[in-house]
Amino acid sequence: MHITSPSFKANARAALADAPLQRALGNLRAGFPGKRAAAVARLPEFEALRDAARDLKNHILEHLDFYLETFEANVKQHGGQVHWARDAEEARQIILGLCQQAGAKTVTKGKSMITEEIGLNDYLAQHGIEPIETDLGEYILQLRGEHPSHIIAPAIHVNLDQVSDAFHAHHGRYGKTERQTEPRQLMNEAREILRDKFLAADVGITGANFCIAETGTTVIVTNEGNGDLTQTLPRVHIAVTSIEKVVPTLEDATLLHRLLSRSATGQEIEVYGTWSSGPRRPGDPDGPSEYHVVLLDNGRSNMLGSEFQDMLRCIRCSACMNHCPVYGAIGGHAYGWVYPGPMGSVLTPQFIGIENAANLPNASTFCGRCESVCPVRIPLPKLMRHWRAREYEKHLTPQGFRFGLGVWAWCVRRPALYRRLTRIGACVLKVLGGKTGRIRSLPLAGGWTAWRDLPAPQGRTFFEQWAERRPGGGR
Amino acid sequence: MSGRDAILGNIRRGLGRGGPLDGAARAACEERLRAHRPVLIPARAQRPHDEQVALFVAMATEAAASVARVAGADDVPAAVAAFLDQGGYPRRAVIAPAQAVSGLDWAAAGIEVEARAARNGDRASVTPAFAGIAETGTLMLLSGPDSPTTLNFLPDAHVVVLDAARIVGPYEDAWAWLRRERGLPLPRTVNWISGPSRSADIEQKLQMGAHGPIQLHIVLVGD
Repeated sequence: MHITSPSFKANARAALADAPLQRALGNLRAGFPGKRAAAVARLPEFEALRDAARDLKNHILEHLDFYLETFEANVKQHGGQVHWARDAEEARQIILGLCQQAGAKTVTKGKSMITEEIGLNDYLAQHGIEPIETDLGEYILQLRGEHPSHIIAPAIHVNLDQVSDAFHAHHGRYGKTERQTEPRQLMNEAREILRDKFLAADVGITGANFCIAETGTTVIVTNEGNGDLTQTLPRVHIAVTSIEKVVPTLEDATLLHRLLSRSATGQEIEVYGTWSSGPRRPGDPDGPSEYHVVLLDNGRSNMLGSEFQDMLRCIRCSACMNHCPVYGAIGGHAYGWVYPGPMGSVLTPQFIGIENAANLPNASTFCGRCESVCPVRIPLPKLMRHWRAREYEKHLTPQGFRFGLGVWAWCVRRPALYRRLTRIGACVLKVLGGKTGRIRSLPLAGGWTAWRDLPAPQGRTFFEQWAERRPGGGR
Repeated sequence: MSGRDAILGNIRRGLGRGGPLDGAARAACEERLRAHRPVLIPARAQRPHDEQVALFVAMATEAAASVARVAGADDVPAAVAAFLDQGGYPRRAVIAPAQAVSGLDWAAAGIEVEARAARNGDRASVTPAFAGIAETGTLMLLSGPDSPTTLNFLPDAHVVVLDAARIVGPYEDAWAWLRRERGLPLPRTVNWISGPSRSADIEQKLQMGAHGPIQLHIVLVGD
């Protein structure tokens, strides 16, 4: 996938001016947050579950090697195979090898962000194997030659008429020449065409939301059922996942299940939770004959013991981006790589380097909504701040910003001067605010006032108010 | 060095450990795996059985499944016939070989059945369920020679026969039954199913019947 994260600011400007995209983002803002809130309100234990999930994931990360080895041993015991991939290139090679071994011409795919992370589709196609996305959203994007802009609603940026156009352009060869305009009809058309693809595929590739150490099981969580057809009908099933997805027991995966769909779509539970343990057993009339799990590291193990370890708790629910005012304004593609929104602003610098992604951890007002809805309580603003610190240390921050920060630091180390300056500043801004209390333009603050008014201070500084409110008053 | 050793080595370095987990810490993790203790079970899943049955029906209905209640197993074929008629399906079904389903008198209800895995074009299937989970109206189905997985996904209509005595409150109780009654390893596939297939990938508007069944019908036997 071509990385456009370095041009984030230009991407964001273009996204703000993109009327169809803005219409599509309206659907997101009107949908997910309200649905999540309703689901949470129905489960009084939700906050306690979040605590338990955070503690569980922390326990797993502290013993990650042990649970991964246990998982591997139990997969093998059921006749499955585990493949360890250090990086994207190794993962692609392993998967290509398995497909070639199976003599595969076509491969059906369930929705998987890990296969986006490793750029699998292009690689398979280059080697003469046709990958077919079967999740409706992913299928639409494949026809349009696009990548997902959201981790669970990949085509959220696409409008109905654009889907009609894509299907009309590509479905003629299946005898579907009429341009459909109703979501129902469009979905039926995709269902019909993809049925034949499921039945013809030699290999089915899915992701895995969880890997269960105790039983050697991979779990997928879906609503469409495409993941199940993908992994049940072909002769070979490959589950591509990453090392931090392992959990100890069925009960632990169940705990995370209670949080995942509620946090993601606001559903009480997904339609299909599918727990797969190995290939077809003696006497089974269906199911794959081969079962492979590809465990990807790709830099995750480097995050252990670092200030970014908490990020490995992520269960990829998308709540952080659904509630992020920045994501809601610009959508996922502006972030320029696979993972958008707050979780992406922490992960992307890790995967493609902070020198390519320095804008991302700055694309936040630190309003904290992401952290407040995260089911595993990842302190996302804090982690973005860590990236900002690294950016500063590496001298990637712009000169003007560094100069401003230097001036502020100089002042703040001289409390008397700092208090005097802030008092003067507050008074001046109050006067500028006039009767309305709002400032429409301000020298050096054009970046703010070009888009919105600056609320003027009410004339007194924090220190003054603090001194007054403390018991006893005074200093 | 293999990918495996490199990854495990890097994990251990990150965790500040020279080698594999050992001693008391390892024993504690092994004990944790054996104990498989439930973490936190919501109060809604801890009520008396009759309330769990009512909750199961309510939650399954909310998930857009339809539920028919019958007094005994002998009444199941007639209930399935009514469902097929109402949905405009032919009185034909592909059924799981499991005795709980294949042992019923389908001919008496005028339904033509075949016990096998599903094929493309099958309109309706009938399968047994291992358990029903009241918490979210979820069915738990197990794959095996008696219950092919394709029956759960390929046909347009999926009918599941569930004994009301097999309804539990939380998911954890169903796992406990599975461990006790079947032991490990788990069946090749355990399916949790809550309502029919759906997608909101076109403009966030929910549509039923994406790739899996368009209708999920539960025949609940007894009370």
